[in-house]
Amino acid sequence: MITGTALLLALLEGSVGAAVLALTALGLSLVFGVMRVINIAHGEFVMLGAVVAWWCSADLLGAHPLLGFLVALAVAPLIVGAIAIAADWLVLRRIDYDPERTIVATMGLLYIIQQGVLMAYGPDARPLDPPIYFRVQFPGFGYSGYKLIVAGLALLLLGVTWLLLARSRIGLYMRATRLDSETAQAFGVPVKRVYAIVFALGAMLAALSGVLIAPIRGAHYLMGADPLLLSFIVVIVGGLGNLRGTLLAAAMIGIGEGAISVLFSPTLSKIIATLLVAAVLVIKPGGLARSAA
Amino acid sequence: MSAARTYLLHLAVIAALFVVQFALPAYHYGNVTRIMLYAVFAIGYNILLGYTGLLSFGHALFFAAGAYGAGLTVHWWDFGPIAALGAGLCAALLVSLVTGAIVYRTTGVAFLIVTLMLAQAAFLSTLYFNAITLGDQGIVLSLPPVELLGASLRLADPAVKYNTALIAFALALLLSLWLLRSPFGRVLIAIRENEARTRLLGYNTARYRFAALVISGTLSGLSGALYCILFGYVGSSFASLQYSTLPLLWTLLGGSGVTLGPPLGTAITHYLIDISSGLTSSYMIIVGIALVAITLWFPQGLAGWFRRRRAVS
Repeated sequence: MITGTALLLALLEGSVGAAVLALTALGLSLVFGVMRVINIAHGEFVMLGAVVAWWCSADLLGAHPLLGFLVALAVAPLIVGAIAIAADWLVLRRIDYDPERTIVATMGLLYIIQQGVLMAYGPDARPLDPPIYFRVQFPGFGYSGYKLIVAGLALLLLGVTWLLLARSRIGLYMRATRLDSETAQAFGVPVKRVYAIVFALGAMLAALSGVLIAPIRGAHYLMGADPLLLSFIVVIVGGLGNLRGTLLAAAMIGIGEGAISVLFSPTLSKIIATLLVAAVLVIKPGGLARSAA
Repeated sequence: MSAARTYLLHLAVIAALFVVQFALPAYHYGNVTRIMLYAVFAIGYNILLGYTGLLSFGHALFFAAGAYGAGLTVHWWDFGPIAALGAGLCAALLVSLVTGAIVYRTTGVAFLIVTLMLAQAAFLSTLYFNAITLGDQGIVLSLPPVELLGASLRLADPAVKYNTALIAFALALLLSLWLLRSPFGRVLIAIRENEARTRLLGYNTARYRFAALVISGTLSGLSGALYCILFGYVGSSFASLQYSTLPLLWTLLGGSGVTLGPPLGTAITHYLIDISSGLTSSYMIIVGIALVAITLWFPQGLAGWFRRRRAVS
């Protein structure tokens, strides 16, 4: 029997998940939209963010966990962004962003990052103290206040990214490259540099969502798989490279996934989500080709 | 190379593998057995990637279908080894037909993502229905010996494993070679080179792609079923992303356009992982480095690289 309380909890969990998922998926969508690159290693950037968050809080042990969290929020995107720029420069640029070869290359990147972290950090899942601890009382249950703050921060970061895309010069460059990279180049847009920045920005968004979820889920070297799968689903259901569609799909799938996870089973919700993606692509194979043209 | 010389070369490889079993030390004996089984998987994968030009990211689905088809029937219905092999093949054929019907219209990146998602859904299903599959703990099988021509063959006997794997490998290799040179194979290659033009010539290319997928999936399933029967185990990991990445790596490393490329890639990958797993627990980093290196420097794989060097010199 599904009670009202359980339903409310499920919706709440789903909404928090949706906000973080939107942040992760926006990064993936941006990279696909502008560069036409499907980045299989995207989930590993989330994992790196969480691992950096753990390092920050562990090294600042004794200090308030909030301090470690704030340091991680600043440091993680820088480190992960630098790794992304290196990957773009060393690998992606050299294979000229060829769609199928970049997928194979980012698959390789996935294993290199994941196994590199396993080497340096070890196989254990490590919990983090939440930076802030308080409970919000809902009818029938108390809910972690930190999770609500996570949702708020994720929405804030989404807003900032949106402003960057809509109002700044680099945002204009990105939109121009997305529409037509050759024409953009003819008008003096440094397309190569835009690619590098977009790849870094996508990775930074992933890293930030990794920092945000680290106090909830802990840090583990294999934790990149779930965010990758879910943001993949969001980006495809939302229409590849379509940012508004991505946000809408993140809300739908995040809430749906969270709700089914709480009410039934997380595995079942993922099975449904993967089949949903397959269905979308089978019914509309042309949609992908058109947006990739 | 003429047809006769090509067949001779492939028969020589098979003969060499038969002869070498009398000289191999026990450790490498086991390794070569596994390599030949995996090579069947790689050859199956190559029919899709190398001949038809379709990049699948979900071949774990077919490998696992074969393995579970064999493993589940043994575990729940006490099938014997031969019946289990048949069940595994039927399961792989069925899954290939269904998958083919689903992905019928997709090519390129859409094909890649749909196969990835279907395999992922299958992997999650093996976890979700753990009452039947026993989840990631897996099923350990104990099979009776096979009575064949008056002899009783124990599956635990390394020589039985080796020669069963060799027979499967030989069949798969010769089948793929014959297929490549048949009119059917020529159409597949035409699709790889230019699908629009092939369609213009009057071929129903979607139907050929479907047939290639079914053959490829069933061969991959044969590998999974034999692996399960010979090594007596099947678990969720057989359906995991790793088993979709490995055939891709084997094929790309060895050279996707060449029949002997995938087995070569399988052997190299197996020994690379074997050596590095002795050094570090993060041995899968080798797979990552190899994938990046291939895309950067060996887009034609090692076989293609050798061939190009010979052409230059």
